Amino acid sequence: MSDLETAARPDYLCRIAIDPLSRVEGHGKVTLLTDKDHRIRQARLHIVEFRGFEKFIQGRPYWEVPVVVQRLCGICPVSHHLAAAKAVDQLVGAQALTPTAEKIRRLMHYGQTLQSHAVHFFHLASPDFLFDFDDPAAHRNVGGVMADYPDIARQGVRLRKYGQEVIRVTAGKRIHGTGSVPGGVNKALTLQERNYLLTDLDLMIQWGRGVLKLVKQAYQLNPGYFTHFATIRSNYLSLARADGALDLYHGGLRARNERGELLFDQLDYRRYSQVIREQVKPWSYMKFPFINSLGPEQGWYRVGPLARINNCDFIPTPLAEEERQAFMTLGDGQPVHMTLTYHWARMIELLHATEAIKELLLDPDIFGEERVVRGEMAREGIGVIEAPRGTLFHHYRINEDGLIEKANLIVSTTNNNQAMNESIRQVAERYLDGKELTEPLLNQIEVAVRAYDPCLSCATHALGRMPLIVELVEEESGTVMDSLARDADGTIRNEMTSSFRSGLE
Amino acid sequence: MSEQPHFTLDGRRVPFADGQTLMTAALEAGIYIPHLCFNPEFAPHGSCRVCLVKVNGRVQAACTTPAAAGLTVQSEIEELREMRRGILQMLFVEGNHVCPACEKSGACQLQAVAYYVGMLAPHYTHFYPRRPVDASHPEAVLDFNRCILCELCVRASRDVDGKNVFAVQGRGIQARLVVNTPSGQLGATPFSIDDKAAQVCPTGTILLKHRGYETPIGQRLYDRKPISMVGDVAQLPESRGGRRHD
Repeated sequence: MSDLETAARPDYLCRIAIDPLSRVEGHGKVTLLTDKDHRIRQARLHIVEFRGFEKFIQGRPYWEVPVVVQRLCGICPVSHHLAAAKAVDQLVGAQALTPTAEKIRRLMHYGQTLQSHAVHFFHLASPDFLFDFDDPAAHRNVGGVMADYPDIARQGVRLRKYGQEVIRVTAGKRIHGTGSVPGGVNKALTLQERNYLLTDLDLMIQWGRGVLKLVKQAYQLNPGYFTHFATIRSNYLSLARADGALDLYHGGLRARNERGELLFDQLDYRRYSQVIREQVKPWSYMKFPFINSLGPEQGWYRVGPLARINNCDFIPTPLAEEERQAFMTLGDGQPVHMTLTYHWARMIELLHATEAIKELLLDPDIFGEERVVRGEMAREGIGVIEAPRGTLFHHYRINEDGLIEKANLIVSTTNNNQAMNESIRQVAERYLDGKELTEPLLNQIEVAVRAYDPCLSCATHALGRMPLIVELVEEESGTVMDSLARDADGTIRNEMTSSFRSGLE
Repeated sequence: MSEQPHFTLDGRRVPFADGQTLMTAALEAGIYIPHLCFNPEFAPHGSCRVCLVKVNGRVQAACTTPAAAGLTVQSEIEELREMRRGILQMLFVEGNHVCPACEKSGACQLQAVAYYVGMLAPHYTHFYPRRPVDASHPEAVLDFNRCILCELCVRASRDVDGKNVFAVQGRGIQARLVVNTPSGQLGATPFSIDDKAAQVCPTGTILLKHRGYETPIGQRLYDRKPISMVGDVAQLPESRGGRRHD
């Protein structure tokens, strides 16, 4: 772990806040403490939000939960919907879903993986690839992409739209549908719906391959940058199918250490609490999960696309598998630790999602009549799923009347908490240390966080949007020597001279 | 042969028989007047005030006003729509009506009437009352958060089922639905999901247990057509051939 987590004498340091973090889901901020020589002394990622879901669903009927908790997020609500549904399946004693129910849920999930990965890569992250770091902030966004690369922007919009349509057909609505019910689903597909979804699918697969070329080109242009930027060696956690295949909907827990050795495999995720613990730190609202056997110092891990691609033995669709094999050569027999390759892994999964959707659409089970199974009621249910951003845990306990007594959610972004902090500390140390801070330099911190595609809204309810303030403080006296502030609208002000500049140029 | 007596409703001629109210005559003529506490199977209650109409210029509840020949009744006018919206808004803020997550959404009379009168936001400050869910009954759940005090369940249980399971306790703003037993728990009553009282709730207060969201979005009662064309929620229990519209 980096030693930049807590500075020895913070009172004498200059505090720089990147707030709000841009082009991520939800609200977060990064604070840096620097001394008068611009040396970074502390770097922390904060989630300035409060999540009340675990509390306010207490006392609610269990069958409501999959529909309620998906409101945690507007980008990948299907993940919460399905993780909760898997937990609720256990509550109603549905040991195995009908083929129709499982395949409809998988279809919904791959649809959401496709749209979520598309929105992150094209709308949020692509400016980091397509433009230089010192590109003006007013241009370094999806608007700039639309202006300079209209075809890429259009592909992003249509890939996302396609994924949303898959969700609409399976869940009733593009966002916050009701497809999963206890023990199954409430609808199958009609032939007409299937044919509608098949119409554009080959084009989506083609674009999925195209975007991987784009990522690979970016890597080949500057492999050194990819290799070093925000790169940290870590453990990896994900679900994996019994045969080791990548599986986003269901599987056993698998963890590898930084050398790629298995820490555990095919662990029943209902036993997650035996292998994963959460640490609380006084400066953050978000917990810090770690692998119990390794302890908090060594046991933190990464989840999400990079973890899944590193962890699986193969991808069960041919085009994505070909891409995985090419990708894994970067690690030379070990996991790929380069943080920026999260984007690459994410696009391999996007391609996999398009292929998986096609397989499912051609499967006659999706038209089936048998949609729900029930069995003996149970008091506890644990659902785990590979959400676009990583492993997502939903754990519920109900009372004898069927009301929620206790809930524990470990959202994907929480799993990456320590890793994101480590990455920003690496960037701060490597790229910012000793330099006079400028907006493009601060953007590097955001690029590091963005690679993880954190979903900060899964921790919901922002407390406010503070501007970015950079203050130069005299070490001994604590006097503010200079101060630069960035408002939420992008205006930069020098708070000492009251001079204003529009935009971030 | 004498002509059947009639009144006019928004310019349309509405015939009526002796004993009918403005509401029953209008419904029989196929004209919708929004309502919540009214149910044709029960004596009018006149408590929700959603069915306010202007009778010869005076605002009255359509469900309790006897039809009379020659009356000029107005219903679909902005002045009344505004009043109805206000009533709906007060009903929504007084309880905890979370439509986005409610299993009754799409087949809820309260929601459908709110849409019908053009209520798109609650306007008033929410009360956010704390009302625990009663899940003590093996087959039904009471979510008091959604009760609008229409007293249909009270009337049905008392007058049809003969069980007197429900009551309203308190007065004014303190009024609330209670279960009529010492423990206050539904599980301690002879309530059955085949009771009339289980079929009449216009909101999501009385629900079947272990089920929800079974009708896909797009196929729920009010997904395609407004309540003025679809009518109230089905009242028959499933065991007697009714269909559940969640």
